[in-house]
Amino acid sequence: MGKVMLEVKGLTTKYITRFKEDVYAVNDVSFKVEEGRSVGIAGESGCGKSTLALSLMGYYFAPLHYIKGEIIIDGRNISGMKPDDIRKNILGTEIAYIPQAAMNALNPTRKIIKFIEDVVRAHDPKATKKDIYDLARQRFEILNLPEEALGKYAVELSGGMKQRTVIAVSTILSPKILIADEPSSALDVTSQKMVIKMIHDLMELGYIKSMIFITHELPLLYNVTDDIMVMYAAQLVESGTADQMIFDPLHPYSKGLMGSILVPEDGTRDVKLVAIPGTPPNLKKPPDGCRFAERCKYATANCRLSQVAFYDFENNRKCRCLFTENELREAYKNEQS
Amino acid sequence: MNSHDRQLCLSGKGVTKIFGFGSKKTLAVDNVDFEFYSGDLISIVGESGSGKTTLIKMLLGLTSVTEGEISFMGKKRDIGSRRKKKEYWKGIQAIFQDPYSSYNIFSKIDSVLLDCINMRGGRLLPRKTKIEMMREACSFVNLKYDEMTNKYPFELSGGQMQRLMIARIFLLKPKILLADEPTSMIDACSRATILDMLLKLRDETGMMIIFITHDMGLAYYLSDTVYIMEKGKIVEFGSADEVVLNPKADYTKQLLNDVPKIHDPWEFSKNRRKDAQWTEQFVV
Repeated sequence: MGKVMLEVKGLTTKYITRFKEDVYAVNDVSFKVEEGRSVGIAGESGCGKSTLALSLMGYYFAPLHYIKGEIIIDGRNISGMKPDDIRKNILGTEIAYIPQAAMNALNPTRKIIKFIEDVVRAHDPKATKKDIYDLARQRFEILNLPEEALGKYAVELSGGMKQRTVIAVSTILSPKILIADEPSSALDVTSQKMVIKMIHDLMELGYIKSMIFITHELPLLYNVTDDIMVMYAAQLVESGTADQMIFDPLHPYSKGLMGSILVPEDGTRDVKLVAIPGTPPNLKKPPDGCRFAERCKYATANCRLSQVAFYDFENNRKCRCLFTENELREAYKNEQS
Repeated sequence: MNSHDRQLCLSGKGVTKIFGFGSKKTLAVDNVDFEFYSGDLISIVGESGSGKTTLIKMLLGLTSVTEGEISFMGKKRDIGSRRKKKEYWKGIQAIFQDPYSSYNIFSKIDSVLLDCINMRGGRLLPRKTKIEMMREACSFVNLKYDEMTNKYPFELSGGQMQRLMIARIFLLKPKILLADEPTSMIDACSRATILDMLLKLRDETGMMIIFITHDMGLAYYLSDTVYIMEKGKIVEFGSADEVVLNPKADYTKQLLNDVPKIHDPWEFSKNRRKDAQWTEQFVV
């Protein structure tokens, strides 16, 4: 067991809409990330993946509001801190964030080195220009990025280059946790692989201690992360290692999600894709019982009675289901035959 | 596969599209030849900027062809006038990437479907028959007509809108359907439904479907024939098994190598997995 880098306990956050309705986009989320491990979060659009990322880095600006829960980074509780304090003391050194549209995150009127100067100076106002340049050059060299990019403007770089530059800039202070929110969804497969390789190198070299990677693309998640958590309607429904989750999912929702994987490999053509019927519940009025019960083939009357806890299963797995591991396996086996 | 038994639906010779002039000239589609036969499901795979959407726009007659010619049902295509274009569109239809902007927001779902019936020459049919036809089309795509009637398209979810688009195609019964990344804006879970419906449409009406995508896995699952495009050129084509399991062109090999896979992960992912304590637990 490594050192726990990030611990989240019962985190709940909500949006308040224009019509003063409450939407709990992250509901009672608890997990741990150990040093040197990467965790992936998968789920449909609108299940709260990106909101979870924003909540983790304390980005509480209207309409997003903090309700309860604890976020502990390397023994330091950051929940309840003011957004300004978080920006000064936490972002950059403790948590780094790569947004979905990172390619548009660079101001076109400034050179790349200026962004790095900004980041470093925000935490160390006395840093000299030369020190910062040396640090940047060294980091770029290790990551196989050309040094010339430092003196260029964002528009002179290609999409993949821009994304890699953004990652290099945001991790320049060696943060403890990197939160990557679909960093490669707008890229071609070739640039995607280069971006992932770079994140992988950053972790190998110890510049980032641990990572949370958010995407809806499951084969990508399998290639990037050690553990996978599946999110459904603002709650975590299952977590386990990447191999367990991809090849042996237990929760009926994860099972359905893994059944929709398409990869260009021998044998995948013969397997028929199975869709999950129905749509996710409305988060303004979530159902009383299991949130997946409406779409679940195995749901019973018990499932609809009250909220289901996030039970511990064997082999360090967790699953939000009333059935036991054996009952679930039995049900899947019966269905196959 | 013996291509002589089947009817030639759509073919092109030396199809080229150039944007701009002089030094700013961009060769979007470069001297492309193709022959598509009826009943086939063809995928065109390429990364962004490879010219796949430009090719589709030319096939649909939405942009002009700079050079080369396109033949439709064995005859040279003639879409010189507005009337001829409309006639051409009875035989060739498309589903686009973004269902949210494919509909006229002012017309109700009924009128979207009625337009299709009218276009097929059903203008003078009694109202009852038309409703029966609409009901059939909706049930084909697992939508309930009684829930759809008197609604506007924006009241539906993305998946439902895309299914309604397929219901339109079901009513129009064109010879050729061009599908330009119809699932890219839809969740993985509802994607399977859309794909199944396209396959069902092909099996029931013998329609030829050209599927444009950047997703190798999707193309492999769905299609009989795969075309790979790079920088405006077709670099490889053949049956799905041939191209995906046994690629010849360097570009295809590289593309397949870079796609994230689950049975054969990337080299650096494999290396990382080796140190993990739980390896080999679920090796397939």
